[in-house]
Amino acid sequence: MKNLVFEIISNRKIAKNTYEMVLCGDITDIKCGQFVNITVDGLYLRRPISVCDAEEGKLTLIYKVVGVGTEKMSKMEKGVQLDLLTGLGNGYDVSKAGDKPLLIGGGAGVPPMYKLCRELAAQGKKCSVILGFGSENEVFYEDEFKSLGADTYVTTVDGSYGVKGFVTDAMNMDYTYFYTCGPEPMLKAVYNKSVTSGQFSFEERMGCGFGACMGCSCKTKYGNKRICKDGPVLEKEEIIW
Amino acid sequence: MVNTKVTLCGIEIDNPVIPASGAFGYGQEFNELYDINILGSFSFKGTTREARFGNPTPRIAETASGMLNCVGLQNPGVEHVINHELPELKKIFHKPVMANVSGFSVEDYAYTCALLDKEEQVGWLEVNISCPNVHGGGMSFGTDPKNAAAVTKAVKAVTRKPVIIKLTPNVTDITEIARAVESEGADGVSLINTLSGMRINLKNKKPILSITTGGLSGPCVFPVALRCVWQVYNAVKIPIVGMGGISTSEDVIEMMLAGATAIEVGAANLIDPFASKKIIEGLPEAMAKYGINNLSDIIGGAH
Ligand SMILES: Cc1cc2nc3c(=O)[nH]c(=O)nc-3n(C[C@H](O)[C@H](O)[C@H](O)COP(=O)(O)OP(=O)(O)OC[C@H]3O[C@@H](n4cnc5c(N)ncnc54)[C@H](O)[C@@H]3O)c2cc1C
Ligand SMILES: Cc1cc2nc3c(=O)[nH]c(=O)nc-3n(C[C@H](O)[C@H](O)[C@H](O)COP(=O)(O)O)c2cc1C
Ligand code: FES
Repeated sequence: MKNLVFEIISNRKIAKNTYEMVLCGDITDIKCGQFVNITVDGLYLRRPISVCDAEEGKLTLIYKVVGVGTEKMSKMEKGVQLDLLTGLGNGYDVSKAGDKPLLIGGGAGVPPMYKLCRELAAQGKKCSVILGFGSENEVFYEDEFKSLGADTYVTTVDGSYGVKGFVTDAMNMDYTYFYTCGPEPMLKAVYNKSVTSGQFSFEERMGCGFGACMGCSCKTKYGNKRICKDGPVLEKEEIIW
Repeated sequence: MVNTKVTLCGIEIDNPVIPASGAFGYGQEFNELYDINILGSFSFKGTTREARFGNPTPRIAETASGMLNCVGLQNPGVEHVINHELPELKKIFHKPVMANVSGFSVEDYAYTCALLDKEEQVGWLEVNISCPNVHGGGMSFGTDPKNAAAVTKAVKAVTRKPVIIKLTPNVTDITEIARAVESEGADGVSLINTLSGMRINLKNKKPILSITTGGLSGPCVFPVALRCVWQVYNAVKIPIVGMGGISTSEDVIEMMLAGATAIEVGAANLIDPFASKKIIEGLPEAMAKYGINNLSDIIGGAH
């Protein structure tokens, strides 16, 4: 973990209620699947947001406006400095991917799939990506994933774009392993439908984000874990559902 | 050179700053960030006889200048703490640590304290009779003077280490409880634990916290904590460890003026992992600014 100041380079709307914020700062030691915890002026607790990308001194975050903190973030302009805790959480273990990994992101769970996909593609893996959204106006980053060379499928619940239905309705390809992040009902559906082992990224309300307060604990088959420190990524085999 | 040393129940500490129980784990997470030997001491996570998972999540909610928690005393149990956490801590922390203990019966408290009494690393026993998160448990000891006295007596009987009883502010008259534990031989009191509160999620129109209510802490409780310390200082002779919302070196001075011999820092460590370090490093400057040479001179100075 590091406590660093980052500066906003750009902050733009990319879909309904969804913003992409690019910041510059020290990104060494930031791994895919990790998150940052952001101080938002006027609010007591930090806001945890996944690392979408960290390349060439730039950190990309994608967030959905759901409350007071993300609303304030959406109004921030270029040049604003933010206090971040970086390098939080365990991140994804890319060594388990096999030749044909499947990446499944739902809504605000899409962002962490991007850096993961970039790293797997750089290793020469043939990635399939399923991005799940509610409706066409919520869709983002389809082209970005395609530019990484991933076989990219989009699902929308109302069928206004791509495959109609849930991410699990597109999970029909061959894959060697999977990685997923999204709302819990989606994770559960993926868990039930998946035919290989895989890794799941979880969310929880956090007090600290670095393992000190026990605010984010969950039970696993391997004992109690803190989502913020021992997670957010858990392996399929350890999850209790 | 200003002097930040104070003596808490017979043990001299380099400065009065002690990270509070529940906000500092068993020290490891923070030692990755800075050398925790700069602390006066720290109070480790509330430890019970048996291991506890605590309450379901969500356990955390936010409010203006503060937070609520209903962790529910998650801890690995006293045996694990003695066999694993303390040996690990010994490698990194070379000062007496404050052992925070909770229980669900007088026997629980005595059992856990008796075991911790044998640990040379433990400087003080901080007996939490005030955790508001455990149904049918902790709170009832801290809100009734007779029960508070009974726990104190039982713990005093099994240890020669200083016993500091941690009080809840969720009572009509905190001085009544403070007097009760003093009369059974408590060596000190620490206060305040969190204030009972709740938040409701407007989207689903249900309480945010899993067990509806939780404990409020952070800067929003500072004036309440200060008032409690002030009142208890007038009521008892034993030293007071003051806490609740402390986040700056100035807050430390204010709390000591109200009557605290040492102070604890809770929630501030969670939102700024360097908070305790910054508070300690800022003390000499703050003391100079207010014309204080010896920090111990100002204890209760506002009375
Ligand atoms: C590890 C992790 C990674 C995340 N990554 C992303 C991401 O990449 N993009 C994205 O859009 N969102 C992400 N989230 C969710 C994001 O943290 C919340 O949407 C955000 O904190 C809401 O803040 P708010 O002030 O707008 O909402 P409010 O409801 O006003 O917030 C009140 C409090 O609840 C907390 N809270 C509310 N919703 C959540 C939630 N879903 N998870 C955790 N805490 C919550 C807030 O942090 C705050 O402390 C992630 C959450 C976690 C735990
Ligand atoms: C997440 C969290 C967990 C806590 N756990 C304990 C505990 O186990 N035992 C205890 O005596 N107090 C516990 N407390 C209370 C604090 O030690 C302290 O009394 C209180 O938070 C007020 O100080 P603050 O405003 O500086 O946080 C906890 C507080 C927080 C925020
Ligand atoms: S949020 Fe504090 S331990 Fe995970």
